[in-house]
Amino acid sequence: MTDQQTTAEATPAPTVLAPVLSAFWDAERSWTMETYLATGGYEGLRAALAQAPGDVVQTVKDSGLRGRGGAGFPTGMKWGFLPAPDGGPRYLVVNADESEPGTCKDIPLMLATPQVLIEGVVITSYAIGCNHAFIYVRGEVLHVYRRLLKAVEEAYAAGYLGKNIQGSGFDLDVTVHAGAGAYICGEETALLDSLEGLRGQPRLKPPFPAVAGLYARPTVVNNVESVASVPAIVARGAKWFTSMGTERSAGHGLFSLSGHVTRPGQYEAPLGITLRELLDMAGGVRGGRELKFWTPGGSSTPIFTAAHLDVPLDYESVAKAGSMLGTRALQIFDETTSVVRAVTRWTEFYAHESCGKCTPCREGTYWLKQILRRIEQGQGTQTDIDTLLDTCDNILGRAFCALGDGATSCITSAIQYFRAEFEAGMHTPASELFPPERSALFDYTPTSRAVLAGSGAGGH
Amino acid sequence: MTVTDNKGAVVKASAALPAPADLVTFTIDGVEMAVPKGTLVIRAAEQVGIQIPRFCDHPLLEPAGACRQCLVDVAVPDRDGNVRPMPKPQASCTLEASPGMVVKTQHTSPVADKAQHGIMEMLLINHPLDCPVCDKGGECPLQNQAMSNGRATSRFIDVKRTFPKPISISTEILLDRERCILCQRCTRFSKQIAGDAFIDLQKRGAQQQIGRFDPVILGFADSSIDRWDDTADAGSVGSDTPSGFAEPDESGLPFASYFSGNTVQICPVGALTGAAYRFRSRPFDLVSTPSVSEHDSSGSAIRVDHRRGTVMRRLAGDDPAVNEEWITDKDRFAFTWQSAPDRLTTPMIRERGEGGFRGELRPASWMEALDAAAAGLRAAQAGDRRTAGGVGVLPGGRLTIEDSYAYAKFARVALGTNDVDYRSRDHSAEEEAFLASTVAGSGIGVTFADLERAAVVLLVGIEAEEEAGVVFLRLRKGALAHGLQAYSIAPFATRGLARIGAGGGTLLRAAPGTEAEVLDAIGSEEDLAHVRLALEGAGAGRAVIVVGERLAAVPGGYSAALRLAQRTGARLAWIPRRAGERGAVEMGALASLLPGGRPVADAAARVDLAAAWGTDPLPQAPGRDTAAILAALSAGDLRAVVVGGVELADLPDPDAARVALEMADFVVSLEVRSSDVTAHADVVFPVAPPAEKAGAFWNWEGRVRPFGQALESVAMADHRVLDAIADVMGTQLGLGTLDGVRSEIEQLGTWDGARVGAPDVSAHEPPSPVPGQAVLAGWRMLLDCGRAQDGEVFLAGTAKRPVARMSAGTARTLSLATDGDLVSVTTTQGAITLPLVITDMPDHVVWLPLNSPGSQVHRTLGVGPGAIVEVSRPDAAAGHTTSANADGKDA
Repeated sequence: MTDQQTTAEATPAPTVLAPVLSAFWDAERSWTMETYLATGGYEGLRAALAQAPGDVVQTVKDSGLRGRGGAGFPTGMKWGFLPAPDGGPRYLVVNADESEPGTCKDIPLMLATPQVLIEGVVITSYAIGCNHAFIYVRGEVLHVYRRLLKAVEEAYAAGYLGKNIQGSGFDLDVTVHAGAGAYICGEETALLDSLEGLRGQPRLKPPFPAVAGLYARPTVVNNVESVASVPAIVARGAKWFTSMGTERSAGHGLFSLSGHVTRPGQYEAPLGITLRELLDMAGGVRGGRELKFWTPGGSSTPIFTAAHLDVPLDYESVAKAGSMLGTRALQIFDETTSVVRAVTRWTEFYAHESCGKCTPCREGTYWLKQILRRIEQGQGTQTDIDTLLDTCDNILGRAFCALGDGATSCITSAIQYFRAEFEAGMHTPASELFPPERSALFDYTPTSRAVLAGSGAGGH
Repeated sequence: MTVTDNKGAVVKASAALPAPADLVTFTIDGVEMAVPKGTLVIRAAEQVGIQIPRFCDHPLLEPAGACRQCLVDVAVPDRDGNVRPMPKPQASCTLEASPGMVVKTQHTSPVADKAQHGIMEMLLINHPLDCPVCDKGGECPLQNQAMSNGRATSRFIDVKRTFPKPISISTEILLDRERCILCQRCTRFSKQIAGDAFIDLQKRGAQQQIGRFDPVILGFADSSIDRWDDTADAGSVGSDTPSGFAEPDESGLPFASYFSGNTVQICPVGALTGAAYRFRSRPFDLVSTPSVSEHDSSGSAIRVDHRRGTVMRRLAGDDPAVNEEWITDKDRFAFTWQSAPDRLTTPMIRERGEGGFRGELRPASWMEALDAAAAGLRAAQAGDRRTAGGVGVLPGGRLTIEDSYAYAKFARVALGTNDVDYRSRDHSAEEEAFLASTVAGSGIGVTFADLERAAVVLLVGIEAEEEAGVVFLRLRKGALAHGLQAYSIAPFATRGLARIGAGGGTLLRAAPGTEAEVLDAIGSEEDLAHVRLALEGAGAGRAVIVVGERLAAVPGGYSAALRLAQRTGARLAWIPRRAGERGAVEMGALASLLPGGRPVADAAARVDLAAAWGTDPLPQAPGRDTAAILAALSAGDLRAVVVGGVELADLPDPDAARVALEMADFVVSLEVRSSDVTAHADVVFPVAPPAEKAGAFWNWEGRVRPFGQALESVAMADHRVLDAIADVMGTQLGLGTLDGVRSEIEQLGTWDGARVGAPDVSAHEPPSPVPGQAVLAGWRMLLDCGRAQDGEVFLAGTAKRPVARMSAGTARTLSLATDGDLVSVTTTQGAITLPLVITDMPDHVVWLPLNSPGSQVHRTLGVGPGAIVEVSRPDAAAGHTTSANADGKDA
């Protein structure tokens, strides 16, 4: 793959899609074991079982795979943090509590090809010496939960789970656990508490999960996409993986385009692709409208504007441009959208989902929500914008976990790029400046499937 | 910690200094300091006088990092040694100091200062501005720190979150949720310290709140449940009638904790309040006097807050060596007994009619009463044509050291007798020998810290949570911190035992009366070998046998404990229930013991003491114990008795005691409040309750716990009254002033001569009940019908429900199968009927709370633990009263 840091003047080599995880999403009954095996499934596991666990860890380290759950921590390094085996249990916990507004990659993945996740779980467990892995699924997605349960059942039946997997002598049990509907349980330590049956609130660190995680035992917590990326890395090698993406952001990733885009969906591409390239593939902003702002990685990442269309979507470039790659949840908003309204909805989400443990997140989001609602209704005061910014400053980096930080990003970045809209909120309701029906995707509530199909639910 | 022992010598507690290798050097606000590894930055800052604002942080609770108020700016050296700032401010309550760390607090860092101001502003947006009516106003950490580390004005102009107020968590603890800042101190205390997770966080975000299990608040209410209605709760708070027992939770356990009052004290805002104190006073109107709790033998430090001569509340004092910062709810809330309506205020005299029949008590002047008492005692000493004469002394077990000493000296010098015994409970000669040989004059033995550090603790004759609450907390702390293993020789595993450690303590099941056998069997029997190995393998001083006063009812019990201690090298600690017990032993309020551990039987000791007192030779005839004194009164061998704070119902046989007092020619009573002794007294002297006198308790550790006088009062301590009586009798005791008593005690010191020999009584055959009978087990609950809890209805509401316990097998023999079925326990004197709880315990044993509503065992049944009683279904128990509330004997 070519260097993505090309300027607009040079002729960039067009980035093409790199379907790996999504390669067989269009296969007949893609979620079955039969289909999965027919498309080369469990090759990675066979390759892994032929190696020593340490070699698998090394391969993943060499691949440069970084956590796909948002923070981008190198996956192999995370595995390496586990203390030496002491004879007690060690756990792998897959974070499938995908709840971030805009983020919609793990759920389609688990729905379309749950076996790739299970294969990843077996390889990862083998690598880290775990004999009992957990998949913590967001409770609201019951259909995914069911599909995972079925897939685990199939895997047991096929001998990919259970005792003496594929004659290797390696044992693994997988428990699929459904959450009870809390965004905070996507935070890894809150997830562990929730999994243990406790109230889902973040734990004090240290100790980190690698040392004392689930049931106070060494635990690796990985995102679905990270774990699902492992089989291909093991099967095809680290070199293959690093041939995609940039030097420090290697490999492929799912880019989830949603919102005001002609063909929303999952676009699996090498890291470092730009939104401009993705939008081209997705048919551009809907109805030929102008791009107004977008999120590079879900609502917790500072928003971008049309000026950032050519920012390579890799960890470093996005960070340099003032945001975060996050979960590559690209929500596209055109010029009909009130940024105040969008930010208010997001903030309401954070206020609703704040777990309540720490003061800044609990009280701060409660306050921000009220200020933003007033601004949206055109009842802002002269000091509201300053108060918003100062309150965000008082939350950012002061909260117990990253949820509080995430709640401020959309506000501070929106004021940075669209301050005038917030100022207009001192006298004019957002619904007058940006009538909501104009930014709706549909003119009316569709009543037939034909209309839905026509609006483009397609993927790549 | 520096403590002073009874001789006045200064003893340094062995707080071993950490080795220099374990020290971490870091800088805070430009001050370089070295602290032990693992020290939190907020603790280190305190040591150099830097106050970092905080709410959730509490030195005795595990760090939470929830409130974020203590944020500081931190830089740490990287691998190359370059000090680099951390990107975010850090919570100093969760951050351990590390070598080379540079911490800047709000005093030196604008970032930290702004962060703290920001947090404070956010804490206040949802906090009501009701400080003028809030109990906490004036002593509120939120109020104070909002002034010191907050903005002068709030920018918040929107809508505050509100809740209906208040929630009644128990009859005693109320919660105003809108004041709560969710620091979780109360829930962490409940979980970590008390082990009573009766409240927890509920809901999330701004709706997060503390609560008990409440279907309405939790949103899965059955509309038929209106019991939890907020307005109904609020209504009951205003009236003084929330008595009764704690509401059971879904598992049948009461929503109550013996330590719940501590949550009120550590709440950094006014969210948790005590029903008894709520809206009664303002902190700045209160005068505070450091004191010591009179409710158990722990000698817990408390603070008595009073206003214009009335005690308004009591708080836990901070004494790391004794009770840390925790006290039981009884220590905290049960103080109204001292000012109850039946307080005696003037001396009273009863005239005797023809043939010695008692007339009515009438108030008298002090001089008249003293004359009457002196004359009556002199006459009784002399004897008459029927008897040799003599006076017994029953001081009771709740006295201060000074008062116990006065009774001991009054008996020996003014009355010339050794017939003095402070024990108003089950007692035995074996126990007296144990106390004289092992406890008296032994100084500070096992301490709270020793208990906490112990590897193995064997409890026998004591139910720690009920009978010594603070001891229970220490055992639990040690068990959670380093795996202290608790064993309890008891009929069943209580909830208290289950909470000593994550996995709970181990029950060594024993029917009442067989404790001595079990103690002897440790080491000889295979299935108890693990206990012996644990005791022997615990390491130097880290195995402790704790014996309670109930062991006195078990023949051979104390002897077996001594034998076991000798076999295994374990240390022995005697933890009685009452505050005055240890002091009374030390001061010689026992028949065989003189002050300072001097044996009566030892001529040298008698001579030594007589010389110190400057008196005639002391009486050498062996004295009678409590039971013998009462028997002698009944038989006419003794003619008079001087009684201190004794409840007849506490004695093994209250009826016999009542008869003894009726038969006595002359009864002198020194009491705070009218009691059933008053009804038989010829002369009654009012004495001061603890709040109205200074004194000292000698706690079970052997630590002297002095306290000052909280309230101004004309009431006199017992020692002054005794001094005055002796004076009129013509004997100068020199006990007129507290200082005089104390200097006399100090001069006497501890006897360094020979001790009484330790008892060696072998275990008795336990009683063998026939069908329809059972062996009675029981102990007193922390909260029960004790007179020291009178007048405190809110506290009474959190008492455990009185139940009878039996094994499933024993219940089956009575055709009882279900918890809640009524069972009657009967003797020839009366019957007690209580709901049954089937418990995993030995067959043919029935357990009753000894002094709870509807279960006043001594008074109603006339027997105590270890006795054989009849058990039956109440419908089958014809001929006896079955009312659970009435005093069975009288019905």
